[in-house]
Amino acid sequence: MNLQFTSVDFFVLKPAILLCLFGCGILLTDLLIGQQQKFLNAWVALVGLAFTGYAVWQQQSYLRGSGLQELSALSGAVTIDGFGIFFNWIFLIATALAVMISARYLEIEKEHHGEYYALLLFAQTGMVFLATGTELITLFIGLELMALSFYVMVGFLRGDRRSNEAAMKYLLLGAFSSGMLAYGFSIFYGISGSTRLSEIALAVASRGPRDPLVLLALATTCVGLFFKIAAAPFHMWAPDAYEGAPTTITAYLSVASKAASFALLLRIFLVPLQSIRPTWEPLLAAIALLTMTVGNLAAVTQTNIKRLLAYSSISHAGYILLGLVSGNQTGLQGIAVYLLVYTFMNFGAFAMVVAMRNKEMIGDEIDDLSGLMYRRPSYALLMLVFLLSLAGIPPTAGFLGKYYIFLSLIQTGHYYLAVAASLYVAVAAYYYFRIVKVMFASEETAKGEISDSPGIRVALAVSGALTLVIGLYPEPFLQLAQTSLLAALR
Amino acid sequence: MQDHLLSIILFTPLVGMFILLFIPKEQTTAIKVWANLVLFVGLLVSLPLWWRYDRGNADYQFMERAAWIPSIGAQFIIGIDGISLLLILLTTLVGFISVFSSWNAIENRIKEYYAFFLLLQAGMLGVFMSLDFFLFYVFWEVMLVPMYFIIGVWGGPRKLYAAIKFFLYTLFGSVLMLLGILTLYYQHYSQFGTYTFEIAELMKMNIPVTMQLWVFWAFFLGFAIKVPMFPFHTWLPDAHVEAPTAGSVILAGVLLKMGTYGFVRFSLPLLPDASRDSRTVWIIAFLSIVGIIYGALVSLMQKDWKKLVAYSSVSHLGFCTLGIIALNPNGLTGSVIQQINHGLSTGLLFLIVGIVYERRHTREISEYGGLSNVMPKYAIVFAISMLASAGMPLLNGFIGEFAILQGAYEVSKTWAAFAVSGIVLGAAYLLWLFQRTMFGPITNPKNEHLKDLSLREMLVVLPLLICCFWIGIYPKPYFDILEKPVAKIVKRIQPDYYQARGLPDPLPGPVPAAQLVAPR
Repeated sequence: MNLQFTSVDFFVLKPAILLCLFGCGILLTDLLIGQQQKFLNAWVALVGLAFTGYAVWQQQSYLRGSGLQELSALSGAVTIDGFGIFFNWIFLIATALAVMISARYLEIEKEHHGEYYALLLFAQTGMVFLATGTELITLFIGLELMALSFYVMVGFLRGDRRSNEAAMKYLLLGAFSSGMLAYGFSIFYGISGSTRLSEIALAVASRGPRDPLVLLALATTCVGLFFKIAAAPFHMWAPDAYEGAPTTITAYLSVASKAASFALLLRIFLVPLQSIRPTWEPLLAAIALLTMTVGNLAAVTQTNIKRLLAYSSISHAGYILLGLVSGNQTGLQGIAVYLLVYTFMNFGAFAMVVAMRNKEMIGDEIDDLSGLMYRRPSYALLMLVFLLSLAGIPPTAGFLGKYYIFLSLIQTGHYYLAVAASLYVAVAAYYYFRIVKVMFASEETAKGEISDSPGIRVALAVSGALTLVIGLYPEPFLQLAQTSLLAALR
Repeated sequence: MQDHLLSIILFTPLVGMFILLFIPKEQTTAIKVWANLVLFVGLLVSLPLWWRYDRGNADYQFMERAAWIPSIGAQFIIGIDGISLLLILLTTLVGFISVFSSWNAIENRIKEYYAFFLLLQAGMLGVFMSLDFFLFYVFWEVMLVPMYFIIGVWGGPRKLYAAIKFFLYTLFGSVLMLLGILTLYYQHYSQFGTYTFEIAELMKMNIPVTMQLWVFWAFFLGFAIKVPMFPFHTWLPDAHVEAPTAGSVILAGVLLKMGTYGFVRFSLPLLPDASRDSRTVWIIAFLSIVGIIYGALVSLMQKDWKKLVAYSSVSHLGFCTLGIIALNPNGLTGSVIQQINHGLSTGLLFLIVGIVYERRHTREISEYGGLSNVMPKYAIVFAISMLASAGMPLLNGFIGEFAILQGAYEVSKTWAAFAVSGIVLGAAYLLWLFQRTMFGPITNPKNEHLKDLSLREMLVVLPLLICCFWIGIYPKPYFDILEKPVAKIVKRIQPDYYQARGLPDPLPGPVPAAQLVAPR
C-alpha cells in the first residue's frame, strides 16, 4: 500500500487543510488582539474562507477541464466529485454568512472570543470530509469533528442557562447517535472486511436484503443518521438545541450541519445500501411522512421563533428525504436544489432573529417582530421573502425545491406521498404567516432600536437576493445541481 | 412578427410598482396620483386589444415567447384568445376603478397599499395571459400575497382571520392543482420524450381517462375554491366583509373569475374525456345549482349589506359554472359574458356599499332607509346596478343569464328549471335590499344629512354603468369575440356537436392545434 503523501492528495485535501490552518491561526492571533478588536478574527475567518473557496473552485475547474468524474486521494479515502464540490459550496456559503452575522451578536452577549471563529472553521473542516469521504473512518471522523465543534458552539453563551442546557442535551443525544452510527459502521466492516463504501456495497449486494446482519447494520445506521438530520422520531434534540444555542449558531447549525448530515446520508444510502432499496424505501417514506407531520404540526403552536423555525426545519428534512424516497434523477436533483435554497432562506430567517437582538430584548419571540414593517420596512419585506420561500410559494426559491420533490414523487408513482406533502404546504403557510401577521400588524410591543451591523445587512441582503433570484431565474442554479448529484448515483 | 403589446400591458403595473417604491412615503398625494396614473395608462394600453384582435381567427393571438427555465421546459409564453381578451379588459378596467375609488378610503400606510395593488394587478393579468402552465402557476400564487395584505392590513375588525382563511383555502386548492399540472407534465414526457409546460403542446397528448379524471378533480379543487363553488365558498363572505371596498371590488370583479377561467382554459380543453364524463357533469351541475339557490337564499337572510352582496356572488358564479359544464356554445359563451357581467355589476354593488360605508361607517341594512330622499343620484346608480345584477332585460345580467339558461336547457330541462328559480330569488333579495335602504321615509336621523355622490364617485361608477348598458343593449360584439374560441373548446369535447345538430360550424375542418382524443 502506498502511504506517501502525493501532490494529488494535497490538491484534494487543500480546502480542509486551509480551513484547519486558518482555524489554528485564529486561535494564535486571538491572543494578540485586544477585547475591542475581536472583529478582526471575523476578517481572518473570511479570508480563510476566500482561500478555501478558491481551492474548491480550482478543484471544480480541474474536474471540468480534465473531463474526470472524480479524483480520489489517500488511497481512495477521500474523493472529490460533483457531489462533494456542490456540498462544499453550500458549506462555504453558510460559514461565510455565519461569520458575517456573528460579530455584533457576540458583543451584545459579551462572549466575543476568537475560539468561536476557529470552531466555525473546524466544524466546516469536518463537513468537508463528510461531503468528500468515501470510507467509513474518514466519514466518522469528519462527523465527530463537526459534532464536537457544534457541542461547544451551542453552549457558547456560558452565562446563559438555556445555552448550557441545550449544549448538554445536544451532547448526550449526539453522542448516543454517534454510538449507534459507529455500531452500524462496525457491522458494515464486519460483513465486508473493508471500510470503503464501494466494497461494502458489493458485500451488501451479495448478502441480499434478508440477511440479519445487513438489516442490523441498516437499522443502526438509520437511527444514527436520522438523529443527525433531526428526522422524527429522533428529532427531540433539535428544538431545544436550536432554541438554547446562540442564534448565530442556530442559523449555522440548521443549514450547514443539516446539509452535511444529508451528504453523509446520501453517500450511505446511495452507495452501500442502494442494492437493498426495496427494503428501506418504505421505511424512509414512513419516516419522511412522520417527520413532516411532527414538524409541521408542532410548529403551529410555537411562540418562540427559534423553536418555530426548528420545527419547520424538521419538516423540511422530511421533504428532502422524500427526494431520496423517489430516488430518481429528478429526486436527487431536487435534494440538491432544496438544500441550496434552504441554505439561503433558512439562514436568512434566523439571521433576521439575530438582527432583532439588542441590549433590551432577546428578539426571539414572535411578538418581538411586531410592527417591523413600520420600523424597518426593508427587513420586514426580506423576512416576508424568506418566509414565503420556506412555505414554498412562487416566485421564491423555496418553490423550486418543492417542485422537484413533488415531480419526482409523481414520476415514481408515489401519489399519496405527493398529496400528503403538498397538503402540508398549506399547514406550513399557516404558521409562517403567523410571523408575517405580527410583522405587519400595527401594535408595536418590541423594545429598543434595531442596532444591526454591516455584516448582518450584507448577509441578509445576500440571502434575500439569492432567494428571489433563484426563484425568478433558476436556470444556472439548476444546472449546477444537475451536474452535482449525478455522480452520487454511480 | 413578435408583438409586445401583451408584455406592455403585463409589465406596466409591475414597473409602476417599482417606481412607486422610490416615492417617499410622506408624499401621499404623489403616491396616489402615480398609482392611479399607472393603472389608467394600463387601461389605455389594453384598449387596442379590442380593435386589433382578429375575430375570425381561433388561434391564440399576440403570442410572445421567450426561454425562461430551459432545464425544466418552462417558458415565458403569453397570448390571448377571445375569452382572455375580455377578462384582461375587465381586469384593467376594474383594477383602475378600484384604485380610483380608494382615493379617500385608505388613509394609513398608503404607499404599501398602492404597491400591493399594483403587484396584484400584474399577477391577475399574468394569470389571464399565460399559455405556459408553470408561468400560470407562478402568477396564480403571486397574487395571493398582495391580496392577503390588502385584506389583512386595511380590512375590518376580523381582517386577520379573513385574510389567512382566504390565503389558506386558495393555497390548499392550488397545491393540489400543482400536482395535477405535474402529472400532465410527466405524462407528456412519457408520450413525447420532452418536458414542456406549454398548453398547446400538452393538448396534443392522449391521456388515459382514469388519469384525466384524477387530474380533473385536482384542478377542480384549485379552481372551485377560487370561484368559489358550493361547498368551498366559506372563505368568500369573510374575505368580502373584511376587505376594504377596493379589495372587495377587485376580489369579486376579477379574482373569482380566475377559477372559472381555469375551468374554461385548462380543465375542459386539456381533459375533454374527463369533462364530458357523465359523473363529472352531474356533480358540477349539481354543485352549481345548489350554489345558485343556496347563495340566493342566504342573501335573503343577510342583515349586513356587504355580506348580502358577497353571497349573491356565490349565486351568480353558480350560473357561470353551470354554463361551463353545459359544454355547449350557448352555455360557455353565456358563462364568459356572465363573468364579465358579474365583474361589472357586483363591482358596482360593492362600490355602492363602500360609498355609504365611507359616510356612515356601518353596513347594517337596518341602519339605513329612505336614502333616496337625500341621495337621489346615488339611488339611481344603485337602481341600475341592482337591476343589472338581477338580470333585467336591456341590462347586461339578462344577456349572460339568458344564454346560460339556453345552454342548460339544451342539456337538461331540470337544470334550467332549478336555475331559473335562482333568478327569481335574485330579484327578490336585491329588490328587497333596495326597498329597505332607499325607499320610505328616513327613519334614522343620522342619515338626514348624507351627501350625494361627488364628482369623483360619479366618475368611478360611470364607466361600469356604460358597460352594463352596452352589453345589455348591443351584446353582439361580445358574442362575436367569443364565437371561435368557444367553438374550439366545444369541438374539443364534442367533436360532432355542430354536425349532429345541423348547425353551421364556426370552425370547419379539424380542430386546430389540438388533435382530438379518441374516447376509450
